[in-house]
Amino acid sequence: MTRALKIDRLCVVYDDFVALKDVSLTVNTGESFGLVGESGSGKSTLLRAVAGLAPVSGGTIDVNGKQLGKVRDKAFYRQVQMVFQDPYGSLHPRQTVDRLLLEPLDIHGFADTEKRILRALEEVGLGSSFRFRYSHQLSGGQRQRVAIARALILEPSILLLDEPTSALDASVQAEVLNLLEQVRRDRKLTFVMVSHDLGVITHMCERLMVMQGGQEVERLEAGDLATRNVAQDYTRNLLVASEGFVRGA
Amino acid sequence: MSAMLHVEDLRVEFPTRTGMVQAVRGVTFSLGQERLGIVGESGSGKSQTGRAIMGLTPEHANISARRLEFSGIDLLKVSPAQRRDLRGNRIAMILQDPKYSLDPVMTIGRQIVETLRTHEKVSKAEAREKALDMLAAVQIRDPRRVFALYPHEVSGGMGQRAMIAMMLIAGPELLIADEPTSALDVTVQLDILRILDRLVIDRGMGLIFISHDLRLVSTFCDRVIVMYAGRIVEELKASELSQAQHPYTQGLLNCMPRIGADRHPLPVLDRKPEWLL
Repeated sequence: MTRALKIDRLCVVYDDFVALKDVSLTVNTGESFGLVGESGSGKSTLLRAVAGLAPVSGGTIDVNGKQLGKVRDKAFYRQVQMVFQDPYGSLHPRQTVDRLLLEPLDIHGFADTEKRILRALEEVGLGSSFRFRYSHQLSGGQRQRVAIARALILEPSILLLDEPTSALDASVQAEVLNLLEQVRRDRKLTFVMVSHDLGVITHMCERLMVMQGGQEVERLEAGDLATRNVAQDYTRNLLVASEGFVRGA
Repeated sequence: MSAMLHVEDLRVEFPTRTGMVQAVRGVTFSLGQERLGIVGESGSGKSQTGRAIMGLTPEHANISARRLEFSGIDLLKVSPAQRRDLRGNRIAMILQDPKYSLDPVMTIGRQIVETLRTHEKVSKAEAREKALDMLAAVQIRDPRRVFALYPHEVSGGMGQRAMIAMMLIAGPELLIADEPTSALDVTVQLDILRILDRLVIDRGMGLIFISHDLRLVSTFCDRVIVMYAGRIVEELKASELSQAQHPYTQGLLNCMPRIGADRHPLPVLDRKPEWLL
């Protein structure tokens, strides 16, 4: 099995604050890997460091067998795409969907942009009628679909998903999760997904890492959560908390 | 149990360029000293229902009801001054994000003292003591330190505790909590709910808990109202949520990924036009 992503003792330090400390993990091609934790656990920082949005202070990142240097080439940004949490903040408010989707194609010098834009919209279930709308004319779920289309339009092999559904209603979340699973199957993508919701992570990922305070707590198979086969108290607490309020506890 | 709040046929509508938008379309319920959950998705009118009771409906909106009454007071007929007197004193509201609902340029202590002194004639020193007690009551370990901090200097969970302290210091009879824990981590969420739960029981308050999270509400509240497109589609005991009758409630429960359930793809909500009627 080939490795899509190999992270070795990655550190991210902001001034004197250590956001990520010596985290290592490997994700196989076609696999879906989850990162779970509370705010400040470093789960998003890890994703952002891979995407090149957070400063790497130590350790190495290999993507598809190639180690990333200080400066990343264009090919990297084509291979690795990211979908952000807030669909309201991640789309340019004054660009139409068409313009939003054209930009990455332009940057990477794609031909037949017309066809690709139409196909990308089709793929995320929006259809061509959405092409010339602005993001404020779309609902949260539709926006997230546009963000996914924008990520997929470059035909990446790895998709980094940072809480892609936590800003959405439960019913819309189900639709977006189904869409993500569908495109992963169709395009044999590798996912690294961040979420605070254990239910979402076990649904989407085969393996996961629980994080706290910038470090790994433990690594689990998705099935371990269902059978409560966890070693750390921290994970156990998260599991209990995910079941809701218990009176008298 | 006598009801303190009566809502009958509440309607809230907003004028827009394309005509009137009806956010709340005939909501009826009453509330005693209990925990009532209002659940729905964005745009279901759950927050506007809470705001109408609190008297925070924007001025350009039309609000009407056959009855909107809080402990014998007709909320639609009272003067703005009386309304102000009720608000924060007998009816209080907790909002979602402490980052936005606390004054950023005022220390936490001063905000709590201000709330108390607005509604009760107490000396500064006495108000300070009460505020410190209240901060301790919401389980802030070092009330004196937090008293002097600004909102940006505390975490989300701490900010929400401060917000609860501020809302409860005047001893309200009715507390409206609009997504009070949605911006918080799950474990912090439960701490906050535990504090709310105890305070509501100890003080005999009525609580309206507005949330999009059906599972959370059903574990916390006594009774749940499910709203869809401005109407109540179903009302049930929280303990009987699994026996929900309306397809919307069932769909909402069903579409959430669960640990240990292997459902690919997830069932999605099939919105029927007749639900809108």
